[in-house]
Amino acid sequence: MGEGNLQGRAIELAGVSKRYADKTVVRGVELAVHGGERMVLIGHNGAGKTTLLKLMLGLTHPSAGRVRVLGVDPAAAAAEHRRAIGYLPESVAFHSAMKGHEVLAFYARLKGVAQSECRAILARVGLDEAAGRRVSTYSKGMRQRLGLAQAMLGQPRLLFLDEPTSGLDPSLRQQFYKLIDTLSLSGTTSLTSSHSLNEVEVRADRIAIMKNGSIVACDTLAELTRQAGLPIKVRLRVAKGDLTRVAEQLAPLGELRRMNDHGLELACQGMTKMVLFRQISGLGDVVEDVDVVPPRLDDIYNHHMEKAQPQ
Amino acid sequence: MRAIVILAANEFLDGLRNRWVAAAITLLGATALVLLLVGSAPTGSTRVSALNVSVVSLTSLSVYLLPLIALLLSFDALVGEFERGTMLLLLTYPVARWQVVAGKFFGHLMILLTAVIIGYGGAALITIVFTENSILGWQAYLSMMASSLLLGAVFIALGYLVSVLVRERSTAAGAAIVLWLIFVVLYDLALLGLLLADHEQRIGQALFSTLMLFSPSDTYRLLNLTAFDTVGQVAGVAAVAARAGFGIPLLLGLL
Repeated sequence: MGEGNLQGRAIELAGVSKRYADKTVVRGVELAVHGGERMVLIGHNGAGKTTLLKLMLGLTHPSAGRVRVLGVDPAAAAAEHRRAIGYLPESVAFHSAMKGHEVLAFYARLKGVAQSECRAILARVGLDEAAGRRVSTYSKGMRQRLGLAQAMLGQPRLLFLDEPTSGLDPSLRQQFYKLIDTLSLSGTTSLTSSHSLNEVEVRADRIAIMKNGSIVACDTLAELTRQAGLPIKVRLRVAKGDLTRVAEQLAPLGELRRMNDHGLELACQGMTKMVLFRQISGLGDVVEDVDVVPPRLDDIYNHHMEKAQPQ
Repeated sequence: MRAIVILAANEFLDGLRNRWVAAAITLLGATALVLLLVGSAPTGSTRVSALNVSVVSLTSLSVYLLPLIALLLSFDALVGEFERGTMLLLLTYPVARWQVVAGKFFGHLMILLTAVIIGYGGAALITIVFTENSILGWQAYLSMMASSLLLGAVFIALGYLVSVLVRERSTAAGAAIVLWLIFVVLYDLALLGLLLADHEQRIGQALFSTLMLFSPSDTYRLLNLTAFDTVGQVAGVAAVAARAGFGIPLLLGLL
């Protein structure tokens, strides 16, 4: 964060609301993203993530509140401002009759980026071989990478990625986030939206959780986990016959569950974890194996979602 | 300006890729050629050039074809981009909204221009070269080509209007067809019906002529059938408009 402060705030939202004729989509959002930070915006479908992104992109005006992106109001900013910003929309279907490199060249021209940069970017997203093929022959992952390539044009200072990896297989997803990591190393601020914590591979500096148009939690994953106070689960494999004895010794430390005649599962709070481990090592050979299962990301997310007051 | 050129070029390229340009050229070229060849047959006795005769027949045809082509090109220009998500993306680029529309407009106009020049122009050249016809009446023919383009431009603009107002591509397609029917077919029929029903002749000549001007296709017809005397002789219809006394600049302006 110290580093981020030096670069100032890339995004600042103060009391931002957006009402459409029949419903309020975004209500009273406060959010500050620092320069170079990787922020992830998590929320259920219809939580208002895309609308929030649109507000930050200057595509709509807020009904109330103040939006500042790279120091200016994006809805009123000059076209020049948009050169510093890259955006990957949630679902984008490029002209399928065009070839990959033609699509990118078109966007490069619009952004005033040299054509020579296109080839480098295509190579970076791993599309250099497919660049000469029509977009209609591309797989979902390739289309998404072409979308990212487009967003990377002109080395933007700020990247908005709307559900960039939904529908991608896990290995592609990892590749995708690795790419975003390398961008953030060079100082690019990124704001990625997703509907699941699992999706984003937890490569975020901070995570904002959105529910019904409001941000209900915003912090580092470690802090969100701590706040959730969810138990970690410790699974033990115990030598046959010793199960009852072990169970009796460990019972005071947490909630105990017998899995079978040689397996135990103990749910305990993070604080008592170390006490438990000392106990276990004291038991000696009786314990054959230990598995620690931290709270699942989805559990943490659900906790914060449920904790939030219904509006 | 740069953005408009880039967008227009992209639209044109897309037209080439989708075979839109090729289809429009073939359609216009083939019909023009047929009409020109037919038109060159009876010239012996009436002593008018094939080009003059065909201006009349091509005008009647273009009134149907060009609005159709223009609407088909333009109906999904905006709503289609919105549906594909590319419009949202485009607007995050250093491009203003009006530039997107203007760029697309010029791109589509380029497609029409290419089709009209190669289609109609090509057909005329073939006729002149192969049928030993005079090039008499080329001014009227050229003016027909230019006004065809204007007619197309009007319907491209109408197509955009539809494209902005509706939410889905399919609705836009339907609305475009309805628009075509109204302006190209129904409006004339309605006017005709009105005249027939009007026993007491309350609708004067002037009012009738003014009403005609509200439809771009009628304006186009008037323009082409009256602009040149030679054509007017062939057309006969011209009498109506001539008496109405509309200046050509007025007709052009309306288009």
